[in-house]
Amino acid sequence: MSAESLAPPGAAPAPPGPFREFWGYFSANHGAVAGLVVVVTVLLTAAFANVLAPYSPTLTNNAAFLQPPAWQQGGSWAYPLGTDAIGRDILSRLIYGARLSLLIGIAVVALSIGVGIALGLLAGFVRGVTEIAIMRLMDIILTLPSLLLAIVIVAILGPGLMNAMLAIAVVLLPHYVRITRAAVISETSKDYVTAARSNGASHFRLMFNEVLPNCAAPLIVQASLGVSAAILDAAALGFLGLGAQPPASEWGTMLSDAREFVLRAWWVVTFPGLMILITVLAFNLLGDGLRDAFDPKLKR
Amino acid sequence: MLRFLLTRISLIIPTFIGMTMLAFFLIRIVPGDPIETMAGERGIDATRHAALLKEYGLDRPVLVQYGIYIGRVLHGDLGKSMITQEPVLSEFGALFPATIELASCAILFALMLGIPAGMLAAVRRNSVFDHGVMGVSLTGYSMPIFWWGLLLILLFSVQLGWTPVSGRIAVLYDVPTVTGFLTIDSLLSGEKGAFQSAVSHLILPTIVLGTNPLAIIARMTRSAMLEVLGEDYIRTARAKGLSNLRVIALHAFRNALIPVITVIGLQVGVLFTGAILTETIFSWPGVGKWLIEAINRRDYPVLQGGLLLLGGIVMLVNLLVDVMYGIINPRIRRTT
Repeated sequence: MSAESLAPPGAAPAPPGPFREFWGYFSANHGAVAGLVVVVTVLLTAAFANVLAPYSPTLTNNAAFLQPPAWQQGGSWAYPLGTDAIGRDILSRLIYGARLSLLIGIAVVALSIGVGIALGLLAGFVRGVTEIAIMRLMDIILTLPSLLLAIVIVAILGPGLMNAMLAIAVVLLPHYVRITRAAVISETSKDYVTAARSNGASHFRLMFNEVLPNCAAPLIVQASLGVSAAILDAAALGFLGLGAQPPASEWGTMLSDAREFVLRAWWVVTFPGLMILITVLAFNLLGDGLRDAFDPKLKR
Repeated sequence: MLRFLLTRISLIIPTFIGMTMLAFFLIRIVPGDPIETMAGERGIDATRHAALLKEYGLDRPVLVQYGIYIGRVLHGDLGKSMITQEPVLSEFGALFPATIELASCAILFALMLGIPAGMLAAVRRNSVFDHGVMGVSLTGYSMPIFWWGLLLILLFSVQLGWTPVSGRIAVLYDVPTVTGFLTIDSLLSGEKGAFQSAVSHLILPTIVLGTNPLAIIARMTRSAMLEVLGEDYIRTARAKGLSNLRVIALHAFRNALIPVITVIGLQVGVLFTGAILTETIFSWPGVGKWLIEAINRRDYPVLQGGLLLLGGIVMLVNLLVDVMYGIINPRIRRTT
């Protein structure tokens, strides 16, 4: 006999599970669902770039320099979105660019969140001088204009994708440290932590098994917003010539290459930027939706 | 009040010291020997190398070097550009008015559009207008402004020919520098057409730099307004029979302004970040473009000085906002 049939008739239905409840709030927000759809589409595009892209992103065609998109005079369906100054297919470069941008967004946030959680836990648990030192450093990073600090770090380490990602991870770090520390401080005074402590739980166990799962919601929200910030900053560095280096098909780097053709070929400038905007917007919508869904009280 | 002021000032001192340490030690990470970097590809012989090391104090222990550095910084000496041999501070001073002019126009643009839009969106909550404002503002917040600038150039400068592509003023005008703000200087010079030229050069960069703050201010004004509109004193004001306009303009708006002012103060960092990109796109001769050029020339003293100066300015503005906040809202003064 199943558990449900044991319930007396007329009893209230069982409360929805945590995921059902979360999804109920999340799916009511149309913007957030649209953001999720776009994010999943970009993810799939990145995963199947080699199947979807009609050409290699670095293949040049001497017969088709700056060819306009298919629907314009002089364009052809061989290159639906046209070609760039050395005859590379823009559509293929955009598709492969999704790979780079997502890789940047996810790798940067993973690094930042990992180090951020470690420093935040340390500051929240150890307190004292360690906490002051960590939080002061984070204040300084927050005070400096973010792109400027990233630029200086890249200038010192040398331009390139890896160094740009490292620089952006440093710039995003304070958000995660602050969130983790604040959550740790408010959680450690609660009864369940005291109970775990009196049961003889080690510091390590308290940190990772008891307290950390309870700070997860704000960290997930911040991670989604962090991905969009990372993609935007990486594109800005690419645009300034400090991020991914040509011939990489990173969207910001593509824009930097296209700058000098702005007067005669609108398509080389328009499409990469549009991809950045759509992807960043989608992650921001997703982040906002997650925040509202995790904290429904806030919205009401 | 004095105690509040002193606490706030004492709080920024460690931050400033930390910032000088960051600026100093970051530059130390640069791979390679600074003297050889300065000499460039020509190379340098060993005795001259040793003499230069001594001259720049690079043979001393690192901590002593830091002590000397911070002493110089406090005397306003931020070193010399490796390329032009000009003091970093005077180069910065010459270019900063251009950045300030652009940044002030951008923040004015953001305020003049963002506050009314946010207020109206809050008053007409869940209307088409509200959804429109929120959608546009989220787009503005997600906008890669370097692309936005290129698009505007494409449309207004290339297609329509309404605005110039780059620079601060047409080359045919030679306006004497008085304030450093070309819009004011061109008016003072009395030269015909100079003012129009300066303004037409300002329009697109202002829109581009103002886009991010506009989005943030509109969102913030809306949510602050919504919060205030739910308060008891608004209901009381309405119950007294005051007109809707009076309730919104006098009672709600004033109280909603407090969080908005804080957000405006926090935009300084956003503006400097944006200025680096905007100035690069429009060849605007300000500190942002200067820093990007310094990177390409590996001019480390300029980078170090620029980081410290811009960081210091952001810090001072944050302090100012804090103090203003304490003046507007006395409860804050007592908590510290």
